[in-house]
Amino acid sequence: MGADLLLAMQGVDKRFAGIPALSQATLEVNAGEVHALVGQNGAGKSTLIKVLTGYHQRDAGEVTFLGKPFEVSSPQQAQAGGISTIYQEINLVPLRSVTENICLGRAKRRFGLLDWRAMHEEAEHLLNRFRVRLDVRRPLGDFSTATQQMVAIARAIGFSARLVIMDEPTSSLDEQEVQVLFDVIRQLKADGVSVIFVSHKLDELYDVCDRVTIMRDGRTVRSADMSDISKLELVSQMLGRDVSKMEGHATAFSRPPADRSGEVVLTARSLAAGQAVRDVSFELHRGEIASFAGLLGAGRTETARVVFGADPTRAGSMYLDGRAYAPTHPRDAIEAGLGFVSEDRKLEGIVPDMSVADNLTLALLPRISAGGVVDEGKQREIVDRFIKDLGIKCSGPGQKIRELSGGNQQKVLLARWLAMSPDVLILDEPTRGIDVGAKGEIQRLIRSLSDGGLTVLMISSELEEVAEGADRVFVLREGRTVAELAGDEITEETILAAMAQGHVSHQEPGQ
Amino acid sequence: MTDAPPWRSDGALANFDVFGFLARYGTLIALLLLVVFNLAFTRNFATLQTLNVNLTQVCTIVIVAVGMTLVIATGGIDLSVGSIMAIAGALAPLIFLSPIFDGNVAVAVAVAMVSAILVATLCGLFNGWLVAQFRIQPIVATLVLFIAGRGIAQALTNSNLQVFRVPEFQWIGLGRPLGLPVQVIIMVVLVAFAAWMLRRTRFGRSILATGGNERAAELAGVAVNRTKLAVYAISGFCAGIAGLVVIAINSASDANLVGLGMELDAIAAVAVGGTLLVGGRATIVGTLLGALTIQLVRYTLLANGVPDAAALIVKAGIIALAVWLQQQRRT
Repeated sequence: MGADLLLAMQGVDKRFAGIPALSQATLEVNAGEVHALVGQNGAGKSTLIKVLTGYHQRDAGEVTFLGKPFEVSSPQQAQAGGISTIYQEINLVPLRSVTENICLGRAKRRFGLLDWRAMHEEAEHLLNRFRVRLDVRRPLGDFSTATQQMVAIARAIGFSARLVIMDEPTSSLDEQEVQVLFDVIRQLKADGVSVIFVSHKLDELYDVCDRVTIMRDGRTVRSADMSDISKLELVSQMLGRDVSKMEGHATAFSRPPADRSGEVVLTARSLAAGQAVRDVSFELHRGEIASFAGLLGAGRTETARVVFGADPTRAGSMYLDGRAYAPTHPRDAIEAGLGFVSEDRKLEGIVPDMSVADNLTLALLPRISAGGVVDEGKQREIVDRFIKDLGIKCSGPGQKIRELSGGNQQKVLLARWLAMSPDVLILDEPTRGIDVGAKGEIQRLIRSLSDGGLTVLMISSELEEVAEGADRVFVLREGRTVAELAGDEITEETILAAMAQGHVSHQEPGQ
Repeated sequence: MTDAPPWRSDGALANFDVFGFLARYGTLIALLLLVVFNLAFTRNFATLQTLNVNLTQVCTIVIVAVGMTLVIATGGIDLSVGSIMAIAGALAPLIFLSPIFDGNVAVAVAVAMVSAILVATLCGLFNGWLVAQFRIQPIVATLVLFIAGRGIAQALTNSNLQVFRVPEFQWIGLGRPLGLPVQVIIMVVLVAFAAWMLRRTRFGRSILATGGNERAAELAGVAVNRTKLAVYAISGFCAGIAGLVVIAINSASDANLVGLGMELDAIAAVAVGGTLLVGGRATIVGTLLGALTIQLVRYTLLANGVPDAAALIVKAGIIALAVWLQQQRRT
């Protein structure tokens, strides 16, 4: 691997509405190397790539490509300059033929007419480089996602790209297709083309990448050869946790001293659903706060949705209080005594135009109505109680929920489920996007609920929240439970280690 | 995330929301202004006859618009209402004029009304099925019956004009118990019931939650699909009644004309009434006021010698204004 510098981005700043998304970010990619770009949500990876491809204009910094300053103002210009991007969702035209997709924007002409034969030949030739053979006259939409991705790559190469950016290219591929993609990437490399590879799947990075750049909070934390950095270091630098010195109390959580776990409430065995959940097993004990830990894309939220009946399962089984449990709609889960606060309050939680009262009692409606008519007295009574108990700040039960702050909206959503007196409450990122004060309040509330016998399944991307809040931690990795930690085993180090290495230490979960 | 609520506990008018106020009460104010204007300038306005003319003309629009309001409240739209009116209007005379009832008029009329409204409801259910089951965009799903429905009505009648004189049936359009036109009573009952239902029942909350945030509603256990099925069925039911009223008034049913353009009048009434066209917020009484406003604008212009063509332009202007006001409010 020559140190032949292809791309250098240095000291890149980018602010959105005054808030820095990138500060002094750096990225250097050598010719003919596969370069991993990693970081948590909001670390600045996407922004950096969008600055590179001209989608965003940088506020400061230098970009050099092929030894010359690289100034572009649109992805089209970047493509013409030799940098192509392949997005997670393939941005091609499914109804048009493979050839048209590959040659889109640079049609060959002969005597003023489109030279279809030459274009078909070129398309076939480009695909052949990756040992992909298909009828290029057929519409792109006829082919699998993996094949469509190959076409997208062929298209990028057709633009004589020197650098191809792949943004989570494997997220919708099965394992075999991933291997095909990796062969293609190796082929690109052999041809001297560089690849920036964005992924959350650690094994893939070590499989196919030569070097890595780690970003956090808009900064470049580290660049290194893959062989010089261990998985544990990689993960802890992504999350900003120094493995060597992790102590102190950062959350309002406190774990009760003794293990007081009751009987098993909910069991899941070898759950599989969609692409994201492959083999997840866990047991929730009464009155315990259990937590799913894992990197982005590990399948935490997807598993929670399956448990709540919002998505169908492909395989596996669940038991609730010892009885088979197979919800096909959230209603089944609710009737069985589950509640679910989703991670995206705006998209899946609040009904913005409805009042605090109506939002709070949305799930409760069947219980507070007789003959289909809502008992408004009863509703008012329950709503008043929860507004008082949880300290929800609003002008009154009739205020529209969208006028409330994030923390207060979250309390209303918690109350929506608490009013149901559930047995199991699933909380997906319960403290995301709310201010510090409200965060502590919600953490204390969760603990006091579990003290009262409620079983909580909490998903959190904040390691300290998991480490300090949970009585039991299931570590998920690429759709599989890879570790179960309980009691004193739960530390940021053990969780990180399981997230990084994908195996543990003590006991294997499930059967 | 931590933005302060725009509401003020001290009740100060410091940040009085002009657009919010207009969006909420604009229709009512417009209606009152129109009445005042007419009282001052239109001759013979303050008569029972004027009231009757306006109410009878607006009735069918309001009846259809009630169903439309519910559909729009779920985030949908129903373009097929006019065609469903034509189907109901074509079917009823076929039955009560049919010789099989052998002169038993009461039975014939009862069967005709029930079947026509039932078929209309089933048409609506079909719309709902397309929308809920196959996730087809409502505008496309209801376009199917918008086009096919009128064809079905024409096929039923061989495109013939059906003329009849059956007072027992026409009571629905011409009867006046206690001096009130029957269709006005139907309208008032429907409006009152729907307004109550939307506010006070579980079904009403399900409608608003579905339109306000479908995914959140689903996760809170709301039967989103069933709710959609129901609102389209209700819309069909309302269109069926309106179809019967129209042919009863005309003593004739012409499949080419019954309900023609009704979908647009109904949507206009809903929009002017202040219901959010993207769903989640709806007012049945607003729809009634919206329909009355549009009707009164038209009447005012006609009564003062402005031609109908100009009246159409004014109507379009009012709709545009109403929708603009809504958007100003939702920044």
